[in-house]
Amino acid sequence: MSSPTQIFDETFLTMRSKLIDIAANLDRIDRVNDGYANDDPRRERIEEAIRILLAENDSADRAKQLQQLFSRPYDPKWRRGFGL
Amino acid sequence: MDYIDPHIHMVSRITDDYETLARMGCVAISEPAFWAGFDRGTADGFRDYFRQLVDVEPKRAAQYGIQHFCWLCINAKEAENVSLSREVIAMIPEFLDRPGVLGIGEIGLNKNTRNEAIVFLEHLQLAVKYDQAILIHTPHLEDKYQGTRMILDMLEDDSRIDRSKVLVDHVEEHTIGEVLDRGFWAGMTLYPITKCTPSRAADMIEKFGPERLMANSAGDWGPSKPTAVPDLIFELRRRGHEESLIRKVVYENPIEFFSNSRNFNFKPREKGKTAV
Repeated sequence: MSSPTQIFDETFLTMRSKLIDIAANLDRIDRVNDGYANDDPRRERIEEAIRILLAENDSADRAKQLQQLFSRPYDPKWRRGFGL
Repeated sequence: MDYIDPHIHMVSRITDDYETLARMGCVAISEPAFWAGFDRGTADGFRDYFRQLVDVEPKRAAQYGIQHFCWLCINAKEAENVSLSREVIAMIPEFLDRPGVLGIGEIGLNKNTRNEAIVFLEHLQLAVKYDQAILIHTPHLEDKYQGTRMILDMLEDDSRIDRSKVLVDHVEEHTIGEVLDRGFWAGMTLYPITKCTPSRAADMIEKFGPERLMANSAGDWGPSKPTAVPDLIFELRRRGHEESLIRKVVYENPIEFFSNSRNFNFKPREKGKTAV
């Protein structure tokens, strides 16, 4: 496994670029915002994703948490609804 | 390094891609039946497609020293048409003893609907009846978690299913743990935008280990990269992983899983011999 410094050396510019892309996309939405964008549930999910990135995370599972955030919920009783 | 791509749709790739794959070290591929980009209207349309998978692609692959294997089914998108699906399922046994046919796949869910679940269950019945291995497609994006859990529920409901003969494909960070913990094989698909990057796949190998884990390109007619598995090999080497670990994921694991199928007559390349 690489050291944290090595990983930063290899990925810093890519992470920087992706974060600036997100910032620019949110700026673009705000520039043309007619009020609708604030109510778009996708905005809240993006903002929640950013909060997940910033939160303390001892289990190093941010990618899993973001995947869950962007997923439909699973209902263990789904068979009943389908009549199966 | 010799490698096997366990999930790639070569019917939608040009012949030059076979040559590129061979140059990159690909010695075998397995091609699951999938959606053609449009809904087919008849069971005979599928019969012709299966003939293409069983008769035509192995010859095209062999020109470049690549051994071609395949899986048969009606895919989840077209499973919304239950009556057509039943006609196709009834026809599949015609092909199950043909050389290179590894089993039933890629079956699964797409939008997690009732009809998709019905057709998935009927494919499972077919696989059990004919003692076939199973290759499973899990849904994309926001439907993946729900659909993967539903698929695992249906597999676990049937005690006749041997989990060592089931590959659950397109796993990502939020589904890989459930699949491996329950004893199934898992496939990571290296596919731009909608699935997994080589870097994230390497992360999952580091977190979960190489047991029952494979990587594929799922190269098809959409934006995809048929040489994505060599990209993963490169990423793992760059991180300093041992050749034995890389070889297990990209070569030995596919051979171990495919060996569940009586039609898997793979011949390893002789040491020191080039592919073409």
